Amino acid sequence: MEILFLLAFWTIPVVLGYVFGRMAEAKHYRSIIAREKAFVHLPATSLKTLLGDGPVARSELVTGSVVISIDHFKKAASALRSVVGGSVKSYESLLDRAKREALLRLKESCPGAHEIVNVRLETMALAGSQPRQVTGVEVLAYGTAIYYVEQAGAA
Amino acid sequence: MLLTNIETIPGKSITVCHGVVSGSSVRSKHVGRDIMAGLKNMVGGELRGYTELLEESRAQATERMKAQAQQMGANAIVNVRFSTSSVAAGAAEIYVYGTAVTVG
Repeated sequence: MEILFLLAFWTIPVVLGYVFGRMAEAKHYRSIIAREKAFVHLPATSLKTLLGDGPVARSELVTGSVVISIDHFKKAASALRSVVGGSVKSYESLLDRAKREALLRLKESCPGAHEIVNVRLETMALAGSQPRQVTGVEVLAYGTAIYYVEQAGAA
Repeated sequence: MLLTNIETIPGKSITVCHGVVSGSSVRSKHVGRDIMAGLKNMVGGELRGYTELLEESRAQATERMKAQAQQMGANAIVNVRFSTSSVAAGAAEIYVYGTAVTVG
């Protein structure tokens, strides 16, 4: 009986994590891809120099951040993976989503800008209630939004 | 107060450099948010409560940095950098620093 309780205690979160986590991830990826297409006209570079030339009207510091957590199935899968080593796919997709989402939010915070330069990505693992437990990851994207002087006839 | 994370303010020139200014803020998540995050954690996905929390604390750190620059008589901060660390379980430090300058 006790064994059954223990088994349920460990498997339910993992199963729930698998079902809902998969759905949530697929949904998130669809939204990321759609929004990336919508913002393709706003280039974000890690250069310190400007891409365009011409007088700059305004520049400002812009940020975008997101906190994403990993589901229990992936946590369990990564624990198994750490036995044999190799690339941990579940964390790769987590960080990929977080970084792309942060970049999108950065762009969404300045829809009228012409370009964003010197973009930097900062990652922080959020500690859980137990030591060394990672509950989620925060990604912060920041850069300088450049607004050029609108010229008559320019695209 | 103009802020950029590149070395200059495009279209303007730096006349006086005042030195490094910084601002920090340490925040901890509150219990309500923690419970919600715990539930959300099971299925994964965005922890909105934490995103907002870190955003608020970043805004506060930036305000503190701006106040310090204002005291020095600067009107812009260039080369701004954000830095974060989880100091203890449930608390995070946000640190913002940059160079206070006067542009003309």
